[in-house]
Amino acid sequence: MKLPAFEYLRARSPEEAWHLHSEVEGDAVYLSGGHSVVPSMALRLQAPSRLIDISGIADLYGVAVQDDALRIGAMTRHAEVMDNPLVARHAPLLALAAPHVAHPAIRNRGTLGGNLALADPASEFPAAVLALRAEIEIIGPDGSRHVPADEFFLDLYETALAPGEILTAVHVPLPPAGRVFAFDEIARRRGDYAMVGAAAQADLEEGMVVDASIAFFSVGFTPVRAKAAQAALIGAPLSRESVARAQASLAEDLDPPDDPGFPAHRRLQLARVLLGRVLNQMETRP
Amino acid sequence: MKVLVNTKVNGTPVQEAVTPRSSLADFLRDDLGLTGTHLGCEMGACGACLVLLDGAPVHACLVLAVQAEGGTVETVEGLTETGAVADLQENFHDRNALQCGYCTSGMLMSAQALLARNAAPSRDEIRDALSGNYCRCTGYEAIVDAIAATGRARTAATESAQTAPTNTEAAE
Repeated sequence: MKLPAFEYLRARSPEEAWHLHSEVEGDAVYLSGGHSVVPSMALRLQAPSRLIDISGIADLYGVAVQDDALRIGAMTRHAEVMDNPLVARHAPLLALAAPHVAHPAIRNRGTLGGNLALADPASEFPAAVLALRAEIEIIGPDGSRHVPADEFFLDLYETALAPGEILTAVHVPLPPAGRVFAFDEIARRRGDYAMVGAAAQADLEEGMVVDASIAFFSVGFTPVRAKAAQAALIGAPLSRESVARAQASLAEDLDPPDDPGFPAHRRLQLARVLLGRVLNQMETRP
Repeated sequence: MKVLVNTKVNGTPVQEAVTPRSSLADFLRDDLGLTGTHLGCEMGACGACLVLLDGAPVHACLVLAVQAEGGTVETVEGLTETGAVADLQENFHDRNALQCGYCTSGMLMSAQALLARNAAPSRDEIRDALSGNYCRCTGYEAIVDAIAATGRARTAATESAQTAPTNTEAAE
């Protein structure tokens, strides 16, 4: 459908953005790539009276190492996440996730910041930043703050962003030597939403897992950290036994919704299968 | 309230006042008369409306016309006029890779962008590049054939252009 009518304004600075936002309290939406906002308006899921285009704000651009993290600007398009050499080197989990996000033309316009701010529980990047233990950089009228990914995704399409605040960047801690990554999902069609997906990283020292971070998506209202599965891996080498232990403990971590066509127990079983695949990829891809 | 947009469409600078709710596709079709860009789902699922924005395929139904400010847009009309996709079109025709033709301009955009960065894609890579383009008539086999054939022909043409001077030297 055609979009409902709205007022379109461009912000050149964060200050200008939240000023324009506050003028129509609760009825303005920020526009970056527009690839969630525009279809949701076409489907009449929302009809804000004002769209504030924040794509002209310089702070939202760029990929660079800053202190001990890789800062990825919110306006970084999915296609750039896929191809950027710094992302490939310091945050390979995002580069592994990117090809699974929608289709090529969507990836040319959709932005990392917009994706995270939407917090679709079936989307790849929220789970990837959770597994990466990344921090979300937010700026608002009260200043700038960093929120750990674990505290950012609160509920269905609900994040730690307060009204008027802007997600400006993602900070991914630089990986130590010996960290391995894997990402995979099970979807009915290429580019379709996953029935279940997983992002994982592990730190190996002399073949032993000393740390593991695993996040699932499409298993509930938010991306979910698999704490019990993580714990099951630590202190042992990645082996058939440790993978089986992690798979067995997933029932403690995941409580997927019961859909009429897709019962919870089946989704949990797919999650177990997927965890096995992801951990096996880690073994074979140092 | 209308917003002034400056953009370049098929090589021609365009300045128009547009309503913010106009998509780039509506702007191209209704204001500029470029009806080769087709609208299917108007929610970014079908790929019929793909155009090149700053060289990359994007859904013209998901980009607001006002967001094309300062950008360069190429539609199927522009690529046809310059002959950039003439060989692709020829191969689509030869292999019956279209019936109703509604999806074809979008297919051409995805194919052109794929071949620009990967001259000899595998069939899997072609299918991946077309994953956001729906065709409801032909199935995809003939479309994949046409793109693969174009890739092979372009690669062969590039290689013979590169080896041509060597052959001349050998003849001398």
